[in-house]
Amino acid sequence: MDYAALSANLLLVSFIAYLVGTFFFGGAVKVSKTEKTYKDSMWGKIGIVITIIGFVSQLGYFITRWIASGHAPVSNMFEFTTAFSMMLVGSFILIFFIYKTPSLGLFALPIAIVIIAYASMFPREITPLIPALKSYWLTVHVITAALGESILAISAVAGLIYLAKNVDLTKKSKERFWLEAVMFTVVLVLGFVVSSTAFSLSGYEADFTYVDKNGKPSEMTYNMPPLFGMSEYEQVTTDTMKPWFETPAIVNAKTLTTFVWSLFTGIILYILIRLIFRRPIAALLQPFANKANSQLMDEIGYRSVLIGFPVFTLGALIFAMIWAHEAWSRFWGWDPKEVWALITWLFYAAFLHLRLSQGWEGKKSAWLAVAGFVIIMFNLVAVNLIIAGLHSYA
Amino acid sequence: MSKIKCQCGHENPFGTVLCEKCGRPLTDEAKKSEMVDMRYEGSARRSQTYKKSVIDKVWNFFSSVKIGVSIIIAVLATSAIGTIFPQKFYVPVSGNDPSEYLEYYERLYGTVGKLYYQLGFYDMYNSWWFKILIGMLGTSIIIASLDRVIPLYKSLTKQRTKRHPSFMKRQRIYGESKVSDSDESLKNAEKALKDLHYKVKVEDGAILAEKNRFGRWGPYVNHTGLIIFLLGVLMRGIPGFYVDETMWIREGETREIPGAPGYLLENVDFSVETYSKDKADEVFGEALDKNGAIVSEFKSDVKLYKEKEGSLPGSSDVEFMKEYPIVVNKPLKFDGYSIFQMDYKTGELKTMTFSLMNKKTEQSVGEFTIDLNDPANDYDLGNGTSIELMEYYADYDGIVDGQPSSKSPIPNNPAFIFNMKTPEHPDGEKSFVAIRQTLEVEPNDYEAKFLSAETRDASGLTIRKDKTLYILLLGGIVFMIGVIQGSYWQHRRIWIQKGSDSEMLIAAHTNKNWYTLKKDLDKVKEVATLPTYTDKQDKEAVIDTTEGETK
Ligand code: HEM
Repeated sequence: MDYAALSANLLLVSFIAYLVGTFFFGGAVKVSKTEKTYKDSMWGKIGIVITIIGFVSQLGYFITRWIASGHAPVSNMFEFTTAFSMMLVGSFILIFFIYKTPSLGLFALPIAIVIIAYASMFPREITPLIPALKSYWLTVHVITAALGESILAISAVAGLIYLAKNVDLTKKSKERFWLEAVMFTVVLVLGFVVSSTAFSLSGYEADFTYVDKNGKPSEMTYNMPPLFGMSEYEQVTTDTMKPWFETPAIVNAKTLTTFVWSLFTGIILYILIRLIFRRPIAALLQPFANKANSQLMDEIGYRSVLIGFPVFTLGALIFAMIWAHEAWSRFWGWDPKEVWALITWLFYAAFLHLRLSQGWEGKKSAWLAVAGFVIIMFNLVAVNLIIAGLHSYA
Repeated sequence: MSKIKCQCGHENPFGTVLCEKCGRPLTDEAKKSEMVDMRYEGSARRSQTYKKSVIDKVWNFFSSVKIGVSIIIAVLATSAIGTIFPQKFYVPVSGNDPSEYLEYYERLYGTVGKLYYQLGFYDMYNSWWFKILIGMLGTSIIIASLDRVIPLYKSLTKQRTKRHPSFMKRQRIYGESKVSDSDESLKNAEKALKDLHYKVKVEDGAILAEKNRFGRWGPYVNHTGLIIFLLGVLMRGIPGFYVDETMWIREGETREIPGAPGYLLENVDFSVETYSKDKADEVFGEALDKNGAIVSEFKSDVKLYKEKEGSLPGSSDVEFMKEYPIVVNKPLKFDGYSIFQMDYKTGELKTMTFSLMNKKTEQSVGEFTIDLNDPANDYDLGNGTSIELMEYYADYDGIVDGQPSSKSPIPNNPAFIFNMKTPEHPDGEKSFVAIRQTLEVEPNDYEAKFLSAETRDASGLTIRKDKTLYILLLGGIVFMIGVIQGSYWQHRRIWIQKGSDSEMLIAAHTNKNWYTLKKDLDKVKEVATLPTYTDKQDKEAVIDTTEGETK
């Protein structure tokens, strides 16, 4: 059997299932007056069943890809991010069975969908492992860390619902601004997906040679019109556009180009949404969040940090140290990726202490949960693509 | 300081807020409040009680969670600064010359990079102030924990089943009302609570149901784990606890292992393998097409030897220990040491072969081979012809002060001064020979012409010994036990008691996860008639139930 092809199809199935699941959770929230009456709603029951089908299908993707490649599919950006989205849905299912709240599904599934779409923009072919990555400890470390991060992410979802409900959107305020900023960031990710897909469908390619930061000649292929050129670049493909700027050697102009195109597309998308609905995105979401019980969302936010924090510690710090010791001969090396895992950990430790002893509940706690998710995403996206260290997948 | 005597007769330590036994509020503030702070059971904490002497002030500083969190945030923020540009460790500058580092940061990152270097951020995790921050973190963890765990332990063991109504009323979850048969209710409640796995104590018309008290110790256990870990890190400073060395070893070489006296290592063979398209599964085909060769393995086949007991250091009196292929992720381990495959160099020059040519006839009169790591002084080519190697520069670096100079003893760019003795020139003709370059003082009749070279690989290994690893691991395990204990088990208590007349009071407390506590209460209420309770913190609960019921 061709496991690789099967695997790709299973991922597609789960993607569609999450879309449909979101729709049903939306229905559940719409028809029931409050969180409490949800239990009678058929919509929510169908929603969770479809979500579970999607999750099982994605698990199938994971397992078949593992069989096809012979190693755990967490070895590059596409694989890791997809695994993260799978665990995010898994964590949602877990929390759903504790708290039975469809509002959480209505917000969690779209986030998983956006993450899968984001992941799919990276090279999807199966790559063999370089020596440092050949280790069982690495597999255990990455899977546990991703699981911990996904449980922690649920607290951000609950936090967002809490904020969408409790921030007064009728008046101008810092909170309103930041909530809309979070929504804008999500649109930005969509901008990345849309622009990458568009250029890749058009088959755009532009080859360059340049001089890297150590003074060595190198080559680079752009898949988007090059707004920025690498340091001392020379065009190889001559019929493509000439970059507007040349960047210093430490800047990866290709990444910068991708970022600017995504930003550009994201802004257009955002303006379109604003023009069509004539309201901020946060205000569009508010009716869906209003049904949620604030106290319950606050509780879920805290509980998922409590469940996720130990898992994260085990995966991202302890297993990571054991692996690092086997692979690099030292259990800790202050590599950027390591440091950002430590920062994430310290941040959630601060969250727990503030909540426990300073009584930071409600809005403050919700904002912290959202900030925690931002840090996790920063580590996944920015540290990999910009501050490249030993762990860089790029 | 004097003890505080409660109306119930119990003597509480000075500073107590809620009586250890019956829970009556003892301070004015507590008496006035609608909800009391139950975090440490209103016990007398040193930091809340003594505030005068210097010791008190230091103690109070470190035991404050506000300060603790500030320290955590400070570590977090400074750690982030350290990731902006690469740390010293990752900078490809050999040696310890500060100006080369400065040059590196300035060249790549401009003025900001220069500033980054000058402020010491390029090696900030080893800076004194970062170490002090970590030290403060440790101190804070120890003091804050001691300040709380002892009084908390005392009051939890002293608590009485029957509490004073004033205590009950000030709980977050509280309810009171008349019930028809309070004894019946109590009996049913006791059973229901036992079914929910609560430990139930009954005394004088009052129930105390308690669950998972040990979860309360979680933070203190995890803090202990952190302290063990930090101590482990400190202990690396002790001589013999920690070895971190690197060595380069060429194929065929046997060398003493730095940091591991008495041991020798022989590099039998070093190899690099790449994934080949026909051999690897088809699945990798696409990736290999796109990325070119991908390395699958670096391997050093080595033999380990130990010097025999009583032999002089450096003698060849050695004992074979074992043979092992070191690959990445599979270090060679012996006697507490681990040797890791870290780096490699291929194609280092090993020998060079020259032929001695007569320039006019273009005839070779003989060949000679120079071992670049151990060159001989004379090479006899027979028939009265020989080569004298007058000077050898392994890593020729041009002329410095009128003299040819060598950068290092590694044969990266060998250069020679030969004296070619032939029957025509018994005193010899001198010639300077470097790669692609021959210099002669006067035109010679003969020249040494480069024929071929042999290369070999060198393997870069790291030698590590870390006796603190087990301490660190212990710290990690203790931390995990504590954090799981504190996060996955919540300390819940439910008090139910008869008030005056046929009144019943119910109150409940949990250190976290109130939702599940309420679910427990609702289950008890299904079998026992009990007052309706309210959660003073859930303002939407009322709306929620009524709205839900109208649907
Ligand atoms: C990296 C450092 C630290 C970590 C990982 C850590 C971890 C934790 C965790 C997981 C909890 C339990 C929280 C909960 O159950 O919600 C806790 C509680 C606590 N921590 Fe820390 N902690 C750290 C540093 C500190 C510091 C510096 C202080 C100093 C003030 C401190 C004081 C406390 C206190 C007072 C509690 C509450 C104990 C209780 O009320 O039962 N911690 N800590």
